[in-house]
Amino acid sequence: MTPPPGLFLDGTAAIGGSPVFGPVRFEVPPGQWTCLLGASGVGKSTVLRLFAGLDDGITFGGSFGASDHAPLHGRVALMAQEDLLLPWRDVLGNVTLGAHLRGAAPDMAAARHILARVGLADHAQKKPNALSGGQRQRAALARTLLEDRPVVLLDEPFSALDARTRAQVQELSATLLQGRTVLHVTHDPAEAARLGHHILHMHSGGTEPLPAPATPTPRPFDAPATLELQAALHRRLMAAA
Amino acid sequence: MSRALRPLGLVALFALLWQGVVSLTGIPGFLLPAPARVAETLWTSRALLAEHAAITAAEVLIGLGLGAFLGWWAAILLAASPFARGILRPMLVFSQAIPVFALAPILTLWLGYGLWSKVAMALLIIFFPVNSAFFDALMRTPPAWLGMARVMGGGFWRVMWQIRVPAALPGFASGLRLAAVYAPIGAIIGEWVGASKGLGYLMLLANGRAKADLMFAALLVLAVLTLLLHAAIDAACDRALRGRT
Repeated sequence: MTPPPGLFLDGTAAIGGSPVFGPVRFEVPPGQWTCLLGASGVGKSTVLRLFAGLDDGITFGGSFGASDHAPLHGRVALMAQEDLLLPWRDVLGNVTLGAHLRGAAPDMAAARHILARVGLADHAQKKPNALSGGQRQRAALARTLLEDRPVVLLDEPFSALDARTRAQVQELSATLLQGRTVLHVTHDPAEAARLGHHILHMHSGGTEPLPAPATPTPRPFDAPATLELQAALHRRLMAAA
Repeated sequence: MSRALRPLGLVALFALLWQGVVSLTGIPGFLLPAPARVAETLWTSRALLAEHAAITAAEVLIGLGLGAFLGWWAAILLAASPFARGILRPMLVFSQAIPVFALAPILTLWLGYGLWSKVAMALLIIFFPVNSAFFDALMRTPPAWLGMARVMGGGFWRVMWQIRVPAALPGFASGLRLAAVYAPIGAIIGEWVGASKGLGYLMLLANGRAKADLMFAALLVLAVLTLLLHAAIDAACDRALRGRT
């Protein structure tokens, strides 16, 4: 993996003539986890679609991209709220999908190694329908990791999981995505408090950085400092609404 | 067990009603034969019926195979190329405005009185449902899957074969299930227009000679043939798509 670049965005976006966000201006530091926190409908997902190159229908005025000004295509992996597992492929087949779609020989050893790290070693031959919600999202995480991209975009990937499973998959993600540039869109202050090295608050007026402690992530969900940060973030969200 | 018996019970009830109507009204046998008489003919003429049924079954199966094959590839062509969509789609829809029945005489003229004019009829009748169902499904791949494939850097044809086609298989299957019911209609029309073999030919022949019992027996064999074909295709589709939601 090449050294991860940072990300920047400065501009306004509209879909079908109606404004989605902007003017918005922020930077995402390289090699660290940044949470883009905000209420639904402020255009967080549109930001991710721009960075992912899925900009069909988005009119963007301004500039965005990687801090090294090289194209982002081929350097980005995306993990969404839905696991997007293909029901006709087994877990191993889903995890190696990227290589298959590029016509490359999938690295089966790496795939099995990653499946073991997300705790799905015994489920490699199972179809997604035989898995629980948490297992499915861990398979999606394994697929994202096997893509081995320096920039990882997360679009509320944990929001459909129950509290216990969510905490587990969050911890796993924070550990395994260490060292990559992560831009994590979320509406959950608790999640941002646990995972973000940096936290950006996105609202209808723009974005602003919120203070985040320099402690290692994932921060314990029940530590007073985490809970305090969560409450502070929650207050900011409430004040913006 | 009760699921298998229920249709049989319905058939028995229907036969009983039919027998009752014939007995009560005293309608002549050459107009409406009693079910017992049809059953008797079914048994005594079994060799004749089997011979003609085999011909019709061959026409139907070949027509179904070719129609499904062409419908499949045409759908993939349409899904892959906006240019083909622009040209071929209107033509295909327009072709549906022509009743296939009207084409039967010309197909017989072109392809002769043998097997192939009937195969062509069956093919023509099933091409559109298979093509249409599969094409629609190919155009409705969940956008999130396509977005993921784009971020992964997937090539157009690899995404087609590994995501769009497998995702559209349920659509192809529903087209095929329809085709299983339609294909025999095509073959029978073809046989009516000009044939020396097949259940459709036998039905016309029996009708012309006022052998209503043989007519009904042939009709029954055709119905059973169609139901078996549909059941077989249904089971094959379910098997192929097992394990999905």
